[in-house]
Amino acid sequence: MIPYAFNYKKAKSVAEAEALLKDAAEAKLLAGGQTLIATMKMRLASPSDLIDISQIPELQFIRKDGAALVIGAATRHADVAESKEVENTIPALGALAQMIGDPAVRHMGTIGGSLANNDPAADYPAAVLALGATIRTNRRSIAADDFFTGMFSTALKDGEIITEVSIPIPERAAYEKFRNPASRYAMAGVFIAKTKERVRVAVTGSGPCVFRHPEMEAALTRNFSPEAIKDIAVDANNLNSDIHASAEYRAHLTGVMARRAVQSAAA
Amino acid sequence: MSVVSMTVNGKKVSADVEDRTLLVYYLRENLRLTGTHIGCDTSQCGACVVHLNGKAVKSCTIFAAQAADAEVTTIEGLARDGRLHPVQDAFRDNHGLQCGFCTPGMIMTAIDMIRRGKATDRDSIRHELEGNICRCTGYHNIVSAIEDASRRMAMAEAAE
Repeated sequence: MIPYAFNYKKAKSVAEAEALLKDAAEAKLLAGGQTLIATMKMRLASPSDLIDISQIPELQFIRKDGAALVIGAATRHADVAESKEVENTIPALGALAQMIGDPAVRHMGTIGGSLANNDPAADYPAAVLALGATIRTNRRSIAADDFFTGMFSTALKDGEIITEVSIPIPERAAYEKFRNPASRYAMAGVFIAKTKERVRVAVTGSGPCVFRHPEMEAALTRNFSPEAIKDIAVDANNLNSDIHASAEYRAHLTGVMARRAVQSAAA
Repeated sequence: MSVVSMTVNGKKVSADVEDRTLLVYYLRENLRLTGTHIGCDTSQCGACVVHLNGKAVKSCTIFAAQAADAEVTTIEGLARDGRLHPVQDAFRDNHGLQCGFCTPGMIMTAIDMIRRGKATDRDSIRHELEGNICRCTGYHNIVSAIEDASRRMAMAEAAE
């Protein structure tokens, strides 16, 4: 399938990408393209211009910066999955990256692209929200708590480009997802992060947008064990229902994934 | 239209294509390298897998312009001096194909996973094959072929 016509422009720097965005009528940023290009092939998206930011060197890095791990927006999933720096600081994040899509998708897809797209079943949003990360753009810093605003929607404004994600290094963390047996997308995925002060729980795949579960967070902050949350029922209201799973089933799976994630984080 | 140049199977190539041209069409229609297949159009089947700067990617989900100045290897670039690549040999010896439509993508994916050291056991080979769909074989012989190829390549490397 062939997308509608558009103009392709490769940006060599963030400044150049900003300028190209400003000049185009209805431009979209192209990062790994593993969702955007598929969408354009279906002709569900028809940008006038594609500004390719995936090969900007200043957006491709993984480094430890004090108590945080900082990842450039155009860093590929495969690079996060294989990174020693990630393994030494937040191994759960590397394991999560290894679970995204398939090897070919991981060679192209980027963390910035995943966050900007905010697919309801995407993996990275759960990690970024549970870990209390900060998303930095060409204009400002946005707390993960304020970033994900709804299904496929974020706090990003027109002309805003994610440059990096700064992730506080937790004491313990783990991610568990129940994959759809055919597509392997998360039907329910739970990322749990424990810091000195508290535990944060983020759920993806279950609802229209990644969300935190305050009741589980409070219980796990008091007692970090699967037993602490075994009696907490996840509310099926507002969860997704489709041919793959009803809202009630997703609610159930969310609890199971949460307990498994606590177990593997505590191990 | 813009002129997109890259290196494909070791040869410098160039074509004047529309910006919306996907890499797979650039390879098939401009270069006439039709070994790279289009199986699904929805980025799921992996019949179009090629190597971009040495890494497996789906050529139906990347524009030719993105691969400008890059090195691309397709199934046509594997055989050397009339001799098949060890992974191609292993697919033949293990009957790793029936209709053969998915085979180019399977082989490009297999080489990539072997290079990354992920073809260590049948389970991990199956995981690595997540992005490649075969509708004939049930994967059993494909997994055997990759396991065999991985062994042969390790032995060849040790012998060198």
